[in-house]
Amino acid sequence: MTATIAPAGTPTEMSRSTINMGRVVRVGSLVGAAMVYMSVIGLLATFNRRLLIDPWLSLGYLVLFAAPMFGGLQFTKRVKLEGLEPEPPSVSDLVQAAIAGVVGGLIAALFASLVNAFPDVRSTFPNWSPELVEILTLGLGVGPAFLVLPLISAAVATVAAGSSFLPERTRKAVVAGVLTVVAVSLFQPVVDDFFDWLPAIPDFLYTSTLALSPIAALVVFLIGAAASYFKPERRNGLAKRLGSEDPAVRRRTTITATIVIGVAMIALPQFLGGIINELLVNVGFFALMAIGLNVVIGYAGLLDLGYVAFFAVGAYTTGVLTSPLSPTWTPMLTWWQAFPIVLVMAALAGLFVGTPVLRMRGDYLAIVTLGFGEIVRILLLSDWLSPYFGGAQGLRNIPGIPIFGTEVNVNTPQLMVYMVMAFVLLAAFVSWRLEDSRIGRAWAAMREDEDVAEAVGVDTVKAKLTAFITGAVIASFAGALFAAKVGSVFTNSFEILVSIVILVIVIVGGMGNIPGVLVGAVVLIGILGGPSQPGLLQEFGEYKLLAYGALLVFMMLKRPEGLIPSTRRQRELHQEEFLQDAWLDRTPSAPGPSVAEPHGDDR
Amino acid sequence: MTATEERPPATEEKRKRERKALRLTWVDLFLWVIRVTAIIVILWGLIGSIQIFASGEGLSAAGWRDLVFSSLAQGAMYGLLALGYSMVYGVLGFINFAHGEVFMSGTLVGFIAANWLFENGVWEANPFLSMFIVLIVAMVTSTLIAVIIERVAYRPLRGAPRLIPLITSIGMSFFVQYTFAGLFGVGFNTYPPAPDVIAGTVNLFGLEVRTTQLTVIIIAILSMIGLWYFVTKTKAGRAMRAVAEDKEIAGLMGINVDRTIVTVFAVGGAMAGVAALMWSLLFRSVNFFTGFIPGIKAFTAAVLGGIGNIGGAMGGGVLLGLFEGVGPLLILGGLGIPGASQLKDAVAFIALVLVLVFRPSGLFGERLGSEDRV
Repeated sequence: MTATIAPAGTPTEMSRSTINMGRVVRVGSLVGAAMVYMSVIGLLATFNRRLLIDPWLSLGYLVLFAAPMFGGLQFTKRVKLEGLEPEPPSVSDLVQAAIAGVVGGLIAALFASLVNAFPDVRSTFPNWSPELVEILTLGLGVGPAFLVLPLISAAVATVAAGSSFLPERTRKAVVAGVLTVVAVSLFQPVVDDFFDWLPAIPDFLYTSTLALSPIAALVVFLIGAAASYFKPERRNGLAKRLGSEDPAVRRRTTITATIVIGVAMIALPQFLGGIINELLVNVGFFALMAIGLNVVIGYAGLLDLGYVAFFAVGAYTTGVLTSPLSPTWTPMLTWWQAFPIVLVMAALAGLFVGTPVLRMRGDYLAIVTLGFGEIVRILLLSDWLSPYFGGAQGLRNIPGIPIFGTEVNVNTPQLMVYMVMAFVLLAAFVSWRLEDSRIGRAWAAMREDEDVAEAVGVDTVKAKLTAFITGAVIASFAGALFAAKVGSVFTNSFEILVSIVILVIVIVGGMGNIPGVLVGAVVLIGILGGPSQPGLLQEFGEYKLLAYGALLVFMMLKRPEGLIPSTRRQRELHQEEFLQDAWLDRTPSAPGPSVAEPHGDDR
Repeated sequence: MTATEERPPATEEKRKRERKALRLTWVDLFLWVIRVTAIIVILWGLIGSIQIFASGEGLSAAGWRDLVFSSLAQGAMYGLLALGYSMVYGVLGFINFAHGEVFMSGTLVGFIAANWLFENGVWEANPFLSMFIVLIVAMVTSTLIAVIIERVAYRPLRGAPRLIPLITSIGMSFFVQYTFAGLFGVGFNTYPPAPDVIAGTVNLFGLEVRTTQLTVIIIAILSMIGLWYFVTKTKAGRAMRAVAEDKEIAGLMGINVDRTIVTVFAVGGAMAGVAALMWSLLFRSVNFFTGFIPGIKAFTAAVLGGIGNIGGAMGGGVLLGLFEGVGPLLILGGLGIPGASQLKDAVAFIALVLVLVFRPSGLFGERLGSEDRV
């Protein structure tokens, strides 16, 4: 093989000024494919119903033209390498971006004309509708679309690529402005709810279609951009102070941050209306479960795909013990009397699931726990056990949580938020204290290498079972609260999808890191929503699980340590190898087969 | 693990193992309790069923025969699906959770072909040609999806820690599932009724058997023969076995590892396509969720037969089909549990747990590469 490797360290200057047609076509086709994909699965048409800026921009067009935007950014993206100055963007980058945009637009237009030409396919593909054609062609008809769509997409791609000509600070300001506009228009319910006491603000911002008016959009953009532009350069950012070497500084910052967050948490539900509080309660449930699953996956490294089973155990135990309608056996305890029993039941369930899987390989464990999750659901639903758990009828009339003479249930959303928050705090505190405890260190050792851990004296049986039991107990908190909040439990709240969503939260947030998991729960459940709970973006509806799946794949490929990684995890999954690969990719212009593809096994 | 790592002397390892074997912990006790309970429950159920049968109540002999045959047919389908899990596990060492979706894509796209053929009258006029066309369409779709998934999601993760590709494949599974939900809608699509030729029953050595079920079993046997020929007699098959044994050495021997892995996914996908045709013959109605539960069960079948073992996958599939088809009525029915057939899926999963408790390496033994034998 004639391997020609570009001289190390010297960027190949010449290659940048030419146009790499192969790459352009590849990126362009990907852009087109992304646009067609959004169209064929109906995402575009669904999102198009939500306007962001009143007559101009809908969520549909935003995501549609996000494709050429990211395509265009590919051409000015530079891998940052230590000791090397990244090449400045050049005009040829812009040209490449524009051509890629044209290619993408042409593909989308071609698709639109195909859908238009064969209206019969709609019987099989319900989303390939005339509405879709109209959106794709911007209502201009199929012919003009071949001109307009490539033009717009090329313009978007060029602008995106051209943004790298701006000075860093200006570019950040523009990005911040755009993001603020999108956020303010998307989260209209929150803004509306929050400014209940000052209706002038929402009245100014939003039109009757709940979208921003163009003037409001401009104002919001300017505010966002200005805030970013004139943000004082903080040498001592919060993140920096939290990671400070000086323990006194770290401690002070932590205490201050805790107090600020605590006050905000106590004050916030009072300002918010029913919908947002309901959302917060859902976020709390998922946060609780995610904290629990984080113990099992993040700390102990055991992939549990049937975690929802413990949630079900918590909810059903509470239901049976407290509901006056519980069939066969009706002890009618209060919630607080039932709670300890719920915890014991959950711990037993954890023990029962944990013991048979002790000696299994990591991935067998995943599938067996998934099986356990389904077994629990099927049994709860079956006729066989319906004299105890109500079967398909579920358990109803579960009373709320009596506290200081009032009953916390679905009618008191604000109290419920406090209740859930208290338990989230408790769970977070417990798992935070556990992390560096003796058992926490045993978990970490076991996660890294079970054989070695055993060899140095870690009791892996005990460690695994403790992890399962801790996780189960935390999930049963959520289950008990859930039963009291909803007032009834049915098996369809315990589908396997719940386990998967919790897994996504833990992974997106950052395995092994409590703040990460909490942020993951707030962002994912708050915005996208749970399997059957709506989030802020109700348009996502049926595409929620698609988004969860895509997120999971994306995170695993690009950022396996999560959004807010734990220090230890990040060190484990350090990106050094990826950077090396990126460096090898930097020299694509060398003629012939330049570098032998790095072999997976060599790593 | 580095190659330079020194292993402790063999005698010491042996002594350690002996010490471990002698130590009977409460965990062992618990596992033994599970084993004994399982055996008692199964025996009790069997006796109960025999009593019910002898007293002339419950299912007649013909009823049991039909149940066995339909379970066999379904088991054959699980077996073909299990091949995909087994081969990928044997080569890459992770559970390709998205394989059920590969199968589902075959059923749904095959439905388009079947529907088109039906509307144009080919389905009735030329049933075998139609089935062949549906088969090819399903196989091509499933193969394509399997290969694309490999390229997009798994190839960048070669050499990553074991759980990372597994989690990726879970994500991929949901992504593909809901992509197809978006494409085809969430409702059920129903295949046209089976052509007259295979709609009735056929007399096989004095046994009345539904022709569709017999067809399914025959297709499964033919595909197994084809696969066996491919794996043992062709160059690509030999490369596959070499890569499964040891990727690094196979690469040094001049085998293109990446291409061989693509072949593995393609073959697994093609088998899933065949299974898709079988599903359409047996159940007819398909939607985006069709692949999920059968996928998990097929993985169970692969574990049951011993993962990485191609013959084992088929055997495991047939056994699992029998367990979940006959088991609920035979054992749970014998115990007097009402609504036993509702517990079909639970029985399949309990079978998985029991197999892993009793014999983690499967009934026919695992065949794993050097780095995956843990």
